[in-house]
Amino acid sequence: MHHENPIVTFLGLQFNLANVLMITVASAIVFLLAVLSTRRLAMKPTGMQNFMEWIMDFVKNIINSTMDWKDGGRFHVLGITIIMYIFVANMLGLPFSVVVDGVLWWKSPTADPAVTLTLATLIVGLSHYYGVKLKGTAAYGKEFFKPFWFMFPIKIIEEFANTLTLGLRLYGNIYAGEILLTLLAGGLATGVGGHLAAILPTLAWQGFSVFVGAIQAFIFTMLTMVYLSHKVSSDH
Amino acid sequence: MLTTSSLVLGAAAEHSGINTGDIVFQLAMFIVLMLLLKKFAWGPLMGIMKQREEHVAGEITAAENSRKEAAKLLEEQRNLLKEARNEAQSMMENARKQGDVQREEIIAAARAEAERLKEGAKLEIEQQKEKAVAAIREQVAHLSVLIASKVIEKELNAADQDKLINEYIQEAGDIR
Repeated sequence: MHHENPIVTFLGLQFNLANVLMITVASAIVFLLAVLSTRRLAMKPTGMQNFMEWIMDFVKNIINSTMDWKDGGRFHVLGITIIMYIFVANMLGLPFSVVVDGVLWWKSPTADPAVTLTLATLIVGLSHYYGVKLKGTAAYGKEFFKPFWFMFPIKIIEEFANTLTLGLRLYGNIYAGEILLTLLAGGLATGVGGHLAAILPTLAWQGFSVFVGAIQAFIFTMLTMVYLSHKVSSDH
Repeated sequence: MLTTSSLVLGAAAEHSGINTGDIVFQLAMFIVLMLLLKKFAWGPLMGIMKQREEHVAGEITAAENSRKEAAKLLEEQRNLLKEARNEAQSMMENARKQGDVQREEIIAAARAEAERLKEGAKLEIEQQKEKAVAAIREQVAHLSVLIASKVIEKELNAADQDKLINEYIQEAGDIR
């Protein structure tokens, strides 16, 4: 079940228009959701404000479980944005996918390794930036030779491994989920019997994918905070 | 690819290449999204949460203060009540004491007045008695002179006569 991708080249950069579309859609949904639910702010929270405050507290707990709030408070906004964006992005590919003339347009943006690796690189890059900013260049550099100097190559490899695993874990989970959904919907559902047979596993897999999508959003945020705390906290 | 052929600007897209454009777009989009959300959603939301935290803390402090105030007032009222009760008791005591004193005074005054009246009466009686005795004495003297002049039929001068009369009277008084 391989679909074509709508790729264009612009200013020497290759754009997958499906990704561009879905990134925009996911961002727009997150933005609208967040802005609409914080329009009428009140001391006594109601409705969506409660939900948003719950997300904020949830992320706050994640940060608190990995580092001091004094250090981690600055990553609160980043954490909330990441968890919401990735969750929404994961959910987008679940209800349906749109294929026009054999070209896949509607899918999860996180089902693309370029997108997830970008986010992962952003996180790891931020961790290095804040490591230098908060601890100073000398202390930051010393971390690479702890606990022993000959650990240096391993530490370097670790940084790349972190980036790769962070990005590819998300990509793999979501992409696999979508592939299976496509197979169930397209491959199995041939003829009346096939349709009937496909209903149950599709429902089951969609439910499971919602779970996986939520878990992956949580894991991504959690690991973001763990990587940031490794670089930022001084108790290592 | 028919739908997108009009958008293809460069050479025919390679499917195996890296989507560098996606990377840039995703990066820019995420940063823009984060900044927008910070400005329009998370910022205000954090603000109100902080405000609520402060509000709750303030309310707790205020409640604490008013509780302390109430306890202080209660203590004050209790003291005042005790004081008032004590005062009333002492006033009653005073009144009773004063009443006692006054009664004693009145009684003493009455007693003194009675004594004085009694003394006065006694004195008057004594005086009246003296007066009566003197009057009688005079009467008796006259009578005696008369009687003596008649009995002894002898002229006496006034001095001798008085002397004689007094002797008689003395005698008469001793006998009586």
